[in-house]
Amino acid sequence: MTRITDLPAESIMLPGNRACAGCGIGIALRQITSALDGKLVLVNPASCLTVLGGMYPTASVAVPWLNIAFPSTAASASGVAAGLRAMGRADEMTVLAMAGDGGTADIGIQALSGAAERNEDMIYLCYDNEAYMNTGTQRSGSTPQGARTTTTWSGKKENPKDVPAIMEAHNVGYVASTSAAYPTDVYDKVAKARGLSGLRYIHMNTPCPSGWSFDPKDTVRLGRLAVDAGLVVLYEVQDGEFHLTGRSAALAKSGLKATVAEYVATQGRFRGMSPETIAEIQAWVDKRWAGFLKREAGE
Amino acid sequence: MTGQSSKGNHVSVTGTATVMTGNEAAATAAKLARVQVVAAYPITPQSPVVEQISAWVESGELPAEFVAVESEHSALSVCIGASTVGARTFTATSSNGLAYMTEQVWWAAGARLPIVMCIANRAMAAPWNVLNDQQDSMSVRDAGWVQLYCRDNQEILDTTIQAFRLAEELSVPVMVCYDGFLLSHTVMPVELPAPEAVDTFLPPRTDGLQVIDPTDPRNVGPVVMADPRPDADGVMRPGYMEFRAMHQAAIVSALEAVPRIDGEFGEHVGRTWGGLVWEQDLDDADVVLVAAGSITTQLALVAEQLRQEGMRVGVLGIRCYRPFPAAALADRLAGRSLVIVFDKAMSYGYEGPICADLKAALYGQSDVPAVFGTISGLGGRDTSPEDLADTTRRAVADHAAGIRTRPTEWVNLKMTGGAR
Repeated sequence: MTRITDLPAESIMLPGNRACAGCGIGIALRQITSALDGKLVLVNPASCLTVLGGMYPTASVAVPWLNIAFPSTAASASGVAAGLRAMGRADEMTVLAMAGDGGTADIGIQALSGAAERNEDMIYLCYDNEAYMNTGTQRSGSTPQGARTTTTWSGKKENPKDVPAIMEAHNVGYVASTSAAYPTDVYDKVAKARGLSGLRYIHMNTPCPSGWSFDPKDTVRLGRLAVDAGLVVLYEVQDGEFHLTGRSAALAKSGLKATVAEYVATQGRFRGMSPETIAEIQAWVDKRWAGFLKREAGE
Repeated sequence: MTGQSSKGNHVSVTGTATVMTGNEAAATAAKLARVQVVAAYPITPQSPVVEQISAWVESGELPAEFVAVESEHSALSVCIGASTVGARTFTATSSNGLAYMTEQVWWAAGARLPIVMCIANRAMAAPWNVLNDQQDSMSVRDAGWVQLYCRDNQEILDTTIQAFRLAEELSVPVMVCYDGFLLSHTVMPVELPAPEAVDTFLPPRTDGLQVIDPTDPRNVGPVVMADPRPDADGVMRPGYMEFRAMHQAAIVSALEAVPRIDGEFGEHVGRTWGGLVWEQDLDDADVVLVAAGSITTQLALVAEQLRQEGMRVGVLGIRCYRPFPAAALADRLAGRSLVIVFDKAMSYGYEGPICADLKAALYGQSDVPAVFGTISGLGGRDTSPEDLADTTRRAVADHAAGIRTRPTEWVNLKMTGGAR
């Protein structure tokens, strides 16, 4: 595992971008682009990442970046990959499709499912900030239960879609779950995915100060708290082999270090959540975490 | 086609005579064009185009990438991705498939990608109907693609090859439209051009080859604001509206490029198709029948028959519908008594799209003829020369009775509720 001091000093991120203060995407994008050594084409639908990338005629990241329509991420990236093969340029760069949770779990899931079934040659990375943050915090299929959004004013009633599990069901060679709050975990997973072929799926929890309603200085703290509470689990599945990674692997030995109640108390989006709902989510987390522990134990 | 058709010099250079369907002609054209990436999703009546292409790719006869996607939206998305990195790309669809990819129809145009797409024209649902009319492609006429309409299978083959030249020269996508079943599934004699002749006419794509390059990174298609903004060097760059104006200029330049490229194709392959519009028996015509696509074959027969009855009838066929050849049409229609437009699509709440466009093209001109709009052939309704001749006779009689404007006539409407 790469140590934080071993991460590349050079960044492909240019000084200044249009992301909100404390946005988790920027922390991770630096590691993602570094892990690909800048030899990538980033395929990006409408999302917060579009805003971060910049408005014509300026850009904030020195990589080839192709903006494409909201539902089309995995299909457009399939086309880029096919085009590069047809042009004899496939070895020049990794195709990195990078979309938000709405663009992945909701409007983009058909194209993603098709690309996964065809095992298209790309890394698909979903940065999951758990709602439509770019359009003003509307609920997505990835919004957690209890979260207030501008379309779930009294708190979302349902649990989020488990997109990594959906991708596992497509039998792709590499599925990983990570967090923007753990740069080395992000770096290692992207670097590993770079060395593989076919469709590689990485799901990255990405704290959002404006959408989750917390102080921008707490992005990393809250991202780590989500892992400590077992709401976000760091793992990878390579050719069917499951392993917890990083902090989650340590928590498997020590036990979870935080509760759902502690986690939801840190964010405005959960304000006023009833004890019953908190208990319901805690039970859901406990059951899910127990399932991960069983998988880790090879059961 | 009979009479003085502007099909012009139909001289075989090195071609091979065969017979094939319109769909086979479209697939063959894509192969002759040496397409590099094809993505498609099945829909009747287009499916045989991509079935044929996938067979050629699997057998190695066509060295290309074939991506069998999960939807039409993704089909055009794949083409957008592949075209952006410099590959020559092709797809085909019909009806609801085209409607489903509409977002990407706009995207491909705005991104100025030289994608060629064949449309086997089919009626729009609901209700379901797999048969022909032109509502599908007419409904995306405003999206910024060049739209070419074909009369027969030879024209499908030749026009699809020409479309790549046009698309890559102007950096705009091109739609080649042909009537579903009437052409897509009908076997006709077709002369295959020699591959060498096509290669000379259509060299490999050279535009936009290094748009995506890690050693020279660019952000392609980012957010563009309303007004021009300075780049990092302080140089002003266009705003959204400037880009749209550039797009319009590129599309309009097809009014020059379509006939020129048609002519160059003729030099290499031995056939031309009239460029923007073509005509039959038009010089002395008092009554002109205007349409696009295969219905013009019936209209040509109607004109011949009515001439035998003493009416001076001619046909003006629209090959290029977008950009709209307003000047060419106005020039050839000035001074006539009556123009009858045979639309196979409807702008619901108004009239047929060609009719409305043609009236606009004639506005402000001198010696403007009366223009009567008709709708025919929706959802596969037969467009027999007899019915079209009757429609023409009634229109001529109305005109003789002093009528200069009429409600749109629905031709061959068989039950109550419609006009005639």
